[in-house]
Parts: sequence; structure tokens; C-alpha cells
Amino acid sequence: MVNTFSSSLYSSRQPIFPKRVYGQFRNWKWCIMVFTLSIYYFTPWIRFDRGPNLPNQAVLVDLAGRRFYMFWIEIWPHEFFFVAGLLIMAGIGLFFFTSLFGRAWCGYSCPQTVWVDLFILVERWVEGDRNARIKLWRKALDWNKAILRLTKWLIWLIISVLTGGAWVFYYTDAPKLASDLVSLSVPPIALFSIATLTFTTFIFGGFMREQVCIYMCPWPRIQSSMMDENSLTIGYRYWRGEPRGKLKKNFRSLGDCIDCSACVNVCPMGIDIRDGNQMECISCALCIDACNNIMDRIGKPYNLIGYFGLNDEKRERSGKTPYSVWHHILTFRIVLYMLIWGFIGFALLFALFIRPDLEMSVYPIRNPLLVTMSDGSVRNIYELKLFNKLPTTQTFQLNVSNPISTIEIDTSGKFSNIISVPADSIQTKKVFLTAPKNSLAAKIDKTEITFWVNNIKSKKRIYAKSYFNGINQ
Amino acid sequence: MKNNSDQKNKREHSWDGIEEYNNPLPRWWLWTFYITIFWSLVYIVIYPSIPFINLASQGLIGYDSRKSLEQEIDKHNKINSEIIDSIKNNSLYYILNDNTLTQFANSGGAALFRTFCSQCHGAGAAGSKGYPNLLDDDWLWGGDVESIYQTILHGIRSDKDDETRYSEMPQFKDILEKNQIQTLTEYVLFLSQKDSNQLNFSLEGQQLFQENCIGCHGENGLGNSEFGAPNLTDKIWLYGGNKKSIQNTINYSHFGMMPAWDGRLDDVQIKQLAIYVFLLGGGNYSKAQQ
Repeated sequence: MVNTFSSSLYSSRQPIFPKRVYGQFRNWKWCIMVFTLSIYYFTPWIRFDRGPNLPNQAVLVDLAGRRFYMFWIEIWPHEFFFVAGLLIMAGIGLFFFTSLFGRAWCGYSCPQTVWVDLFILVERWVEGDRNARIKLWRKALDWNKAILRLTKWLIWLIISVLTGGAWVFYYTDAPKLASDLVSLSVPPIALFSIATLTFTTFIFGGFMREQVCIYMCPWPRIQSSMMDENSLTIGYRYWRGEPRGKLKKNFRSLGDCIDCSACVNVCPMGIDIRDGNQMECISCALCIDACNNIMDRIGKPYNLIGYFGLNDEKRERSGKTPYSVWHHILTFRIVLYMLIWGFIGFALLFALFIRPDLEMSVYPIRNPLLVTMSDGSVRNIYELKLFNKLPTTQTFQLNVSNPISTIEIDTSGKFSNIISVPADSIQTKKVFLTAPKNSLAAKIDKTEITFWVNNIKSKKRIYAKSYFNGINQ
Repeated sequence: MKNNSDQKNKREHSWDGIEEYNNPLPRWWLWTFYITIFWSLVYIVIYPSIPFINLASQGLIGYDSRKSLEQEIDKHNKINSEIIDSIKNNSLYYILNDNTLTQFANSGGAALFRTFCSQCHGAGAAGSKGYPNLLDDDWLWGGDVESIYQTILHGIRSDKDDETRYSEMPQFKDILEKNQIQTLTEYVLFLSQKDSNQLNFSLEGQQLFQENCIGCHGENGLGNSEFGAPNLTDKIWLYGGNKKSIQNTINYSHFGMMPAWDGRLDDVQIKQLAIYVFLLGGGNYSKAQQ
């Protein structure tokens, strides 16, 4: 059969006017919105006293100083694996929640969802609920419509500026930047970041909305591979609802669904959940609230639309009780995700607790391997790096031990074996070791040596092994 | 999924009953694509882009990567101007007593050394036969920081600089008999290995040495950095320390040449190089400590 309908290769966005909904999931989403937005906006303003030499911002990504501060944790560039580990945990956590509750991340806590929710709240406050907004949309442009639109965009813009503005506070001292912003003396990179994030927030939250989830986000494309028949997802119990039809008295052959479109009207993605599990659904659960309100009114049991696993269908149809929540949760896949997640978490915690305050690296200079001095003694040169992670200057004494103990540190002239490392910094020092003429170390190919660094005050010491090269005769 | 069953979402064609769904792209996507094309045109116009035979098109805003590099260098020179001025206006000993200045000079010197000196002295400053090792404590023309500065500034036997360090050892093949040179070689070898007591010296050799060599190398063969005369008693030989090499040196003599850097590098750069070479490990501190 040839369809004569001429279709275009491109389609414009169909506007969506989500209706206000009340209920348990909506309340839960309000709470999450307040919680996540508070974290985002207020975290940079939390102070944390680190003493005089270090910044007092609890969470700070200091790109120029190459440090990442998070409360009592301070991450140096060579410890970036902590951040990598956290990102891996976030990824596996996402897998875990997806196989547990479907796209719970998308529906509740993804920034796109949260900000769109906030923007829709503003839209509803300015322009009214669904029907009023549809009417306004259809109306030709007049003063009233223009004023309402401009008011809405202005409030969106303010939110967007605040969003972009909050982002830069994570990268520098927040109160100082705030006062700089007021006096308009901020570096261009800060203004550029604010402008970019303002633009994306305004466009993504106000106009792109579900288009971001459907066309721009890679996550909906791969999330189905984390889910199986045990995963709890939002679905329509069509075996209960069909055949759907308008509610009429004493008409018993119809299902529970009265085709009132409440679930469609509240959907921020503009889909019909009754068509089954679909890529556009972000599992925000607002249709559950909408449908339950209707079920309440017509006196039918709740959860015609609700969370269930695909394997519950058979049991429910045959009248058996569905699987318990534990049956859905304790599956091999979920336990495996949890174990991996926990393992990485414990490994990171362990690494954090054994993280030393002082680290040392010794790099023998190999061009040349050795220097013959005028008295015939043999000298090796090393580059020593001391990492002092404490907030105060530390002074260390350097010693070298070796099995034949003729190798000595050159402390003549400007060279000294006392090293003082300023707070929170790395000190690089050249160390010259000399073995006297004809001593064993000068004559054999390689001698194993150990550098010891003693903290003069705390008596703590660490070591690093290296080799001393002699003239191989 | 929901749309797939709708008839109207199928394309209008059908081949042997095989049909195709129509999943239209969003129109904004198309516009984004057009905007990127437009942006590339803007880019072509304002930046250098289209290659011609000699030059590329210059662009409207006159961007030039070399110019931007120069600006970048100028910016950093400006940031460091205080420290650079301080190096310019103070003595080498003053710089060595100031940690910040020393560190700055040392790092700058390291970069300069790799650019201008490593061709002869090696990237690690270890030198090779005929090119002095700068890591050891043996210096032909003095190892204190001021002597090193002088050497870099005026070079050694440089024909471009009147104040260059100059000395010339005679070729003894024209002065002494073959067997005398043999004897003298053995005496010089004895000088450098005195402490091992393995060689006896001949009085004849000692006499030859005193007649011909002490003018520059000193009575005990300790050398003299005034004339760049090497110390013959130490373990370091620029042209080899075995019998054959020493005999060769006495017969034909050697004198290396180092260019004068005055005029090619500015004073701050030469000072930085001097500090760097001095701190390589062999620098002579006896003067610096005063």
C-alpha cells in the first residue's frame, strides 16, 4: 500500500504545556529540587578554616594553584585518581539506579530536569496553568501577551544569570569574586563562563527542554542496556486499563482507564505513557500522581500507572500478587553494581586515610650518569622533590644510607642537607652525592642507596630508594 | 515506539511491500547546521585561511600567531621585569645570596644553555673530548662565578672579541727530541698519578718539565687559570689522560675555541648562564662566601 501522505524530513517542535499536578511524587520532586538547587547555589559559600596559608572555601577548584579542596580533603594534581575514582563511582551509581528504578536520574535529579521544572514553575506562575498557556499561545500578539512573555523571559534570564554566576564561584574565592562582580572588575574568563552558562541555561531550560533529552543527551540511548524485566519502571497497566473509554454509569465492559488524558497533560516530555515504555520517557512519575488523583475520584484502585517491573505483568494478569520489592532489588546485576561501587568507594576511602602529608621522589640525573672530580672521586647528581601537604613550613634533614657507607652528601658551599619546604608546596632540590676515589661505590657499577628525609620537628621520616653509579672498571 | 504504528509516519514509497518510517529531524538541528556553515564563512573572512602561493589570505582582524607569541613573551617579560631589572643591576654574588633571584636565573640559564651551549658542552653539560665537562670542579679559566661570566662574555680564543681569553701552548715536536718528549710524557703521567705510588719519576723528566712547562703549568704542575693552563695533577684530562694522548698533546698541542657571547646575548642572559653553569655542581665557592 502506498501512502500518499507527503512527509517532511524535518519537523518543528510541538510545544508542550505541562499541567500542574499534586501528589506524592510531585512533593518528592519539589524536595529534590530544593535540595539540589541549594547544593548548587550555596556550596561555594560554605567556609572551612584551613589556617592562614590556604583558602578558606570548603569546596574550591583552584585551577591556577592546581589544587582541589573539599572540606578537609585537599587533592594535588598527582592524586587526581581520587577524582577519576569519584567519576567512576558516579558512573556505576548511575548504572545501579537505572537498573533499580529505570531512569530515576533523568526524572528526579538531572540538572536539565531540575532547571526545566523550575522554568515551568515560573511559566505557570506568570502565564497560568495549561489551559491558560495554550490559550495565550494561540492568541495573536498583543500588549497583554507581550508583557506576559517578557516578564517570563526576564525571570528566566535572572535565574540563568544566577546559575551561570554560581558556577564561577566554585573556581575562586566566592566572596571576593562577588564583590569584584559588583564592581565589575572580574577577569574575562569569569565573564565568559557566566555568559556561556547563562545562555545555555536560558535556551535549554526555556526553549529546548525535552529536545535536550531526546536529541542531545546520549544517556537515553544507552540506558536500556542497564534495565531488564526486574527493573522498576513507570508503566501503564494496560491489562487493567484497556479497553479504555469514557466513564459511564453501569458500563462494566470497559477497563479502568477513562481516557481522561490527565497523564498526557502533565507529562513534561509530551508523550503518552499508555503507549508503553519509550525512549522519550524520563521517569519523572508525574503521570502516576495525575492518574492516582483520577482513580481516587472515580473510586478505582491506585496505580493504574505506577512503578512495576516488566515481569510483574504475567503474575498480575493471572491474579497473583506481584513480586516483592526485594525480588526486584536483589538481582545479580544490581548486587554486582553495588559491589563494584562499594569496592571502589572503600578503596578510595582507604587511599584517603593512608595519604601521606609528605611525599618524596628521587630522580637520578642520567646525563651524565656520573662525574669524575679532579681528586678522582665520583659524583652522582639527583633531583629530589619534596611535597609538603601541611599548612605550615616544614624543615627536613636529608641523609643517605648505603651498605658500604662511603657515599656522602656534598654540603660544601651553597649545598646543604637541610631543606625547608614552604606550606602546601613542592620543593625541588639538586643533591650531589660523592664517593671517594677508589672506594667500592666509585668502582662498582651500581650501589643501592636510600635517601632518608627526617622532619626535624615531628621526627617523622620517609625514604626513597635509588642507585649510585660508579665507574665500571 | 508509539509513533511507529501510525500510518502517517511512513514515507510515501513502498518497494515490494518494504516501507520506511519517517523519523524527521528537529528543524532547529537543521538551523544549527546552517549556523555552523555560516560561522565557518565568518572564520574564513576574519582569520588567515585561504592559502595562496606566497602567503595565505590575511583576514580582517589581522591575527598573526607569531605576533601573538611575541605579545605573550612581552607580557611575561613585563611580569618579570622587576626580577630581570634586579639581575641586571646587581652583582653575581648578590644574586647568589638571594634565593628568588638565584632560582629565576638558574631556570632561565638552563633554557639558554640548552639553546646556545648544548651543541658543544652537551645537554647535560658533561662535555666530551675537547669540550670541557662543566659538572666537575676543574676549571681551565677559573670556576668562580665571575670568571665563568667573563669566559661566557668574551669567549676563549675568539677572533671576534679583543678581550677574549687567550693562550697558546707551543708544539713541542719542533722544540724537543723524540726521546725527550717520551721522558716528559712519563713525568706528566707521574704527576697525575703521584698518589698511587705506582710510577717512579725520572730526574731527566723533571728537569725537562722545569725547563719547558713550569712557565704556564707551574712548578708542581698545578696549572694556572690566568693563562688557562690546565692542572696536570688532577684526574681530569680534556684531551685524554693516557700516555698516547698526553704525548700527542705535547707534540702538537691543543687549543679549543669558544665564541664570545657578548653582543649575541644580553647581559641579563649571560648572567643567568653564569649562575646556571656555576650551580651545576663544580662551581668554586671560596670567593662567593665572602
